[in-house]
Amino acid sequence: MAIVKVKRPELGAGEKFYLGAIFKGFLVTMKHAIDSLRGKTRGSKDLRSSGLGATMQYPEQKWDESMPEYYRGAPALVTDEQDRERCVSCQLCEFICPPKAIRIVPGEIPSDDPWAKVEKRPKEFEIDMIRCIYCGMCEEVCPEQAIYLRKDYAITGLSREEMVHDKKRLYEIGGKRVGLVNKWNELK
Amino acid sequence: MSEEASTAEVRLPKDLAAEKGLVNVQIDGVWRQVPKGTRMIEACRMAGTVVPHYCYHPKLSSPGNCRMCLVQMGMPPRPTPGEDPAYDEEGFQPIGWMPRPVIACANTVAENMGIRTGGELVEGVREGVMEFLLINHPLDCPICDQAGECRLQEHSVGHGRGHSRFVDMKVKKPKNVDIGPRIRLDDERCIMCSRCIRFMDEVAGDPVLGFTQRGTYTTLTVHPGRRLDSNYSLNTADICPVGALTSNDFRFQMRVWFLKETPSIDVNCGTGTNITIWTRGETVYRITPRQNDEVNSCWMPDSHRLNFHYIDSDERLTEPLVKRDGKHQEASWQDALEDVVEAVEGHAPEEIAIIGSSKCTNEELHLIRKLADQIGTEHLTTIPRMGESDGMLIAADRNPNTTGCKLVWRREDPGFRLGAIRDGVRDGSIKVILNFGEDLTAEAGLSTEDLGKLDCLASVLLLAGPTAEASHVVLPGAAFAEKRGSMVNVTGRLQRLNRAVEPHGSARDDWEILRDLAALLSGVSPFDTSQPQMIEDVFREMAETISDLKDLNLSKIGDLGIPVTETDVTIPLLENERARKAAGTIVG
Repeated sequence: MAIVKVKRPELGAGEKFYLGAIFKGFLVTMKHAIDSLRGKTRGSKDLRSSGLGATMQYPEQKWDESMPEYYRGAPALVTDEQDRERCVSCQLCEFICPPKAIRIVPGEIPSDDPWAKVEKRPKEFEIDMIRCIYCGMCEEVCPEQAIYLRKDYAITGLSREEMVHDKKRLYEIGGKRVGLVNKWNELK
Repeated sequence: MSEEASTAEVRLPKDLAAEKGLVNVQIDGVWRQVPKGTRMIEACRMAGTVVPHYCYHPKLSSPGNCRMCLVQMGMPPRPTPGEDPAYDEEGFQPIGWMPRPVIACANTVAENMGIRTGGELVEGVREGVMEFLLINHPLDCPICDQAGECRLQEHSVGHGRGHSRFVDMKVKKPKNVDIGPRIRLDDERCIMCSRCIRFMDEVAGDPVLGFTQRGTYTTLTVHPGRRLDSNYSLNTADICPVGALTSNDFRFQMRVWFLKETPSIDVNCGTGTNITIWTRGETVYRITPRQNDEVNSCWMPDSHRLNFHYIDSDERLTEPLVKRDGKHQEASWQDALEDVVEAVEGHAPEEIAIIGSSKCTNEELHLIRKLADQIGTEHLTTIPRMGESDGMLIAADRNPNTTGCKLVWRREDPGFRLGAIRDGVRDGSIKVILNFGEDLTAEAGLSTEDLGKLDCLASVLLLAGPTAEASHVVLPGAAFAEKRGSMVNVTGRLQRLNRAVEPHGSARDDWEILRDLAALLSGVSPFDTSQPQMIEDVFREMAETISDLKDLNLSKIGDLGIPVTETDVTIPLLENERARKAAGTIVG
């Protein structure tokens, strides 16, 4: 391969004496400073920033309303219109979960339960939010439309135990979800 | 071609094969020789092609009712009168393919037959059969225990349509039916293959299952007033290709795709049924029989299959215990073993008795005998445990390794000193007992008062109970699923146990306890090069002294075992199976 010698560009006298560039930069900074004091920062409307710069002031300001439908937050279990827990503990999410965050202990629904025909539901259902990577595979694999990634993103805790969402907590986050396929209808 | 060859009689492939009792069959375009009378499905299996099937099982009769194994068959066309059969250059006649498929499970091969296990016709009919099987199937795989090992799922992926054209209502049938103490029936999932019915009739000899109703409404039911309560009922769940029959014990415990399979053997009786232990983590979830035509065929009694829950029960001993001032306290292994050594050294050899167990592996028995020689006591015995054979798989000898004990100890009756030891304990001439795995208050016939007279009772035990209560030193041992080793079954077959889970808590493998005890007694470190460091070392040491085990090691035993000695015991179920095979009822 031929060797090409690249020459550094020759700087002019003005460029060598860089005070001009410093002054230009100073002007740009001042323009933004004055704009933000007047509440006219670029993006203050469309990004709903604080106006005090383009930055949103979290946690006083939150982006929650602008979250897209497909946002992947904490996975949670949902109940249906009839308050039936949709999960039947088939353990497919436990199987597919790449970081092995899910642990399920299946159990049988007692015969005197109104939903006895479903036969099976989780006795325990735990998601370790330290492990969870919010990939959404559990939601994708679920044959019962029982697990969804909700918009909760601020999952915090003071201990490892607190970061494990148990069944009760998962249903709290998940809540009721209507309009899903009613697989266990009266025909089943 | 030489002069001699051209004048010699032309020998066709069919004549060559017939001399050896074989026939020529063309399977998927390749000519092969298979024994005369082979079922087409088995001929295809020999050729490396598994024909999908539901109702066919080699150990049961073949009614041919699932229609899944349809293949295309062809025979040479019948010559017209006066016409000579035509042969190609290889000596085979041309095959005239039949326009309609035949079932491969109930038809036998014939000379010059052709079988196609693929192609447009065969794939078309399989898709059709799958569509029919699925029209009324509830598709409740998420709650079905069979999911993951379901033939219907597998063949749906392989041969199904992917969507249903069936627009009518599915037929409703009984679900979650309680038909027996250990089996649950779901009629909607049943595909009417009748394997369970045939098993209960032909193998278990208790024909309580049958079909009622007809057509779409065909329903598997148990005979009125009867229940599916045979001691072999759980085998129906094994052979059920779908989730119609499932085990109550394993119901909703774990999905099968999480479970690890470990081949091992059953230790509940002398038959040594070959089993698969299914575990996840350190928990055993279920045990299923593993095919071994010289031991248990494909079956296993329920009582043996379900006898594993004690492994992680509350009674399980997990820490060494030492009795101080009449109360058991947890101790370290070192302290507990030193207590035993102290008791042994403080008594004359004739005051010490060793109770081994025919539930121990050969390796453990070898070390027990070595220990007895080292101590110099003659009081060495096992506890015989004889019962009634059930005429099928449960042997009269309820100890799994009596034959092995006879071999390793080189004694005709390893339990003959039990009476003398019992008397010795009662009259006070025996003051120390080293007990390896036996409950002395049961078959051994010793009471807790008798055991109270001893200066020291050291027991290697699994479970808490009266013997553990009476023991001065309790050493927690390993359960059958937690150890590797070998046993010899009633027919003289050397078989191998494999470790499926680690011993619970601080419990240790029994052979390690024995090794450490022997090392402490002789004052060397257990890690000295003279001491065995692996179970393989123990086997090697044992095989050097026993001619029947010469040139063997644990790996050579394999998963199916090898016969090492002759006994006159037979397994009744196998005799029955061989008779049915000879009669041509089953493939075997």
